[in-house]
Amino acid sequence: MTHSPNGYDGRRWHDMGGDAAGPIPTEQHDFSLWEKRVDALMVIASSKGHFTVDGLRRVLEDMSPESFETMTYYERWIASVNQNLIESGVYTTAELAARMSDIAARGATYGEASHE
Amino acid sequence: MPHDHHDHLSPSGHPFRPDDDHPLTYWQQMEIAIREILIEKGVTTAAEINAQIDAMDARSPANGAAVVARAWTDPTFRDDLMRDAGAASASMGFDIGPMKLIAVKNTADVHNVIVCTLCSCYPRNLLGLPPDWYKSRAYRSRTVKEPRKVLAEFGVDLPDHVTVRVHDSTADMRYIVVPVRPGGTDGWSADQLAALVTRDSMIGTGLPKAPEAIAQTPR
Repeated sequence: MTHSPNGYDGRRWHDMGGDAAGPIPTEQHDFSLWEKRVDALMVIASSKGHFTVDGLRRVLEDMSPESFETMTYYERWIASVNQNLIESGVYTTAELAARMSDIAARGATYGEASHE
Repeated sequence: MPHDHHDHLSPSGHPFRPDDDHPLTYWQQMEIAIREILIEKGVTTAAEINAQIDAMDARSPANGAAVVARAWTDPTFRDDLMRDAGAASASMGFDIGPMKLIAVKNTADVHNVIVCTLCSCYPRNLLGLPPDWYKSRAYRSRTVKEPRKVLAEFGVDLPDHVTVRVHDSTADMRYIVVPVRPGGTDGWSADQLAALVTRDSMIGTGLPKAPEAIAQTPR
């Protein structure tokens, strides 16, 4: 991490071009269904004008550098999609909270909780 | 004991994918909730979401390979591609939408490589979803600073006389590398050539396969 609070150099954390870093990782994972759904929801909701790719980026970049290390790529994306959809008035936080609570009660796995 | 050590194996005896092998997460709950709410409110439909996933799954580096191979064999198309890569790839059915796509051509003296230092922008219409390393802190940080060292980690060692050009993508502007056509491929068709064009050769972190690397089918 080069952008310490005391040594702020005018760049935000996501602006990492030129920083020192370790070897390029070689691990690759297959995208799971829920990740593909996040990708699809972003494409569909933005193509219908509910938010823009800049809106997606804004929320991603407002997350802390820790989120980049502790959340997966599509976890960060769904958090940003959610923030954008609430801001544009598609649904409310209360609606989301109620639905997430319902979903948590359905089962312990993604398959059980996801009505197909 | 029949049940020893079987916790991580499927009924067929294969390991479960780690991503699907953990309890429902908070973020998965959120995805399910958003999807259901959007469907109920008429923003989208389950069929539309499935169709979008299918469309994304259908995009693979084979799209980009077809474009590169045609550029290698059709000088008019190559000129069109270098002038407006978005329009040229759309003419082959690989629509990039409102984004701008720029093709950068490797030569004997210039090697191009693409990165997105700010996020993960990538020519999805031609290559599909980006590999995990493309989105990594290491690739995003180092490629603009020490591209030769990064390329060496991919096994690409360029002679000193070759200029390396690094292109930093943005949300609205994407790049695709047109690698150098391998020697020993005179008379090959575009379909045959496409088999030599790898994903990494179109990112710039690799080179096309050598002609002897693939079995030739009779022409």
